[in-house]
Amino acid sequence: MPALPLDEAGKYVAGAYVVFVALILVYVAIIGTKIARIEREISAIVAAEEDE
Amino acid sequence: MYSKGLAPLAAATAVTITTAFALVFFYAPNDADQGFIQKIFYVHVPMAIVALCGFVAGGVFAIKHLRSGDSSWDMRSYVAIHLSVILGVGVLATGAIWAKASWGHWWVWDEPVLVSFLVVFLLYCVYYPLRFSIEDPGRQARYSSVFAIAAGAFVPLNFTAVRMAESFTHPRVLSQTGGDLPGDMRLTFLVSLLGMALLFVTLWKLELTAKHASMQLKKLRNRARVAA
Repeated sequence: MPALPLDEAGKYVAGAYVVFVALILVYVAIIGTKIARIEREISAIVAAEEDE
Repeated sequence: MYSKGLAPLAAATAVTITTAFALVFFYAPNDADQGFIQKIFYVHVPMAIVALCGFVAGGVFAIKHLRSGDSSWDMRSYVAIHLSVILGVGVLATGAIWAKASWGHWWVWDEPVLVSFLVVFLLYCVYYPLRFSIEDPGRQARYSSVFAIAAGAFVPLNFTAVRMAESFTHPRVLSQTGGDLPGDMRLTFLVSLLGMALLFVTLWKLELTAKHASMQLKKLRNRARVAA
């Protein structure tokens, strides 16, 4: 097949890079949420110990 | 433990990936045959290479786990495989986008490279139900390690078999004779590959850090419960 014109190829290239960036962002967001939950739980344990 | 050197590694990853993207769009010329669409390869191929290396690394860590009995190696193996499966999703998605633009189809079943990668990906999708169907942590780690070693050995075998098979439709980015890439495209590709490898290691360390912290927290909670 001949090369696609720039205006048509552009959306495919943008799509591929958006998929890559979105994948990484979603992954980092999930890990970030996990770390935030761990931090909250540690704070709760520390607070409970201080109360005793 | 795992977070050592994470900040400079993350910074190096950010710089390398930004440089790679700049090279892709402002330095590397358009391919004479495929035109602008070939720019997809700078993300698709490094992602595929790093994902396959991640699967093999998962197997190597699993060997270390079975030899030493140290569960931290099992965790390293699990996270490497988990990340590689995520990158695998990206490889299949970006590959399908390229195939649609270049071949006019999202997927072609008679293309050995595509189908073999899908086989590897589906093989590793089996890892999750296998791992999480076993409740005993020791058995879970051992069975998962055996799977990771067997599947990790299959990856290079599969890659070699496909490489040896004659194919004229799937483009070759690197070959034994040095590839067909001119210097500026080769440099861009290598920087992209380095960026992807650094990204993998950074995310691997990040997930290991989160998992380790979670396990430590569980121990702390149990200790607090016993003390109460």
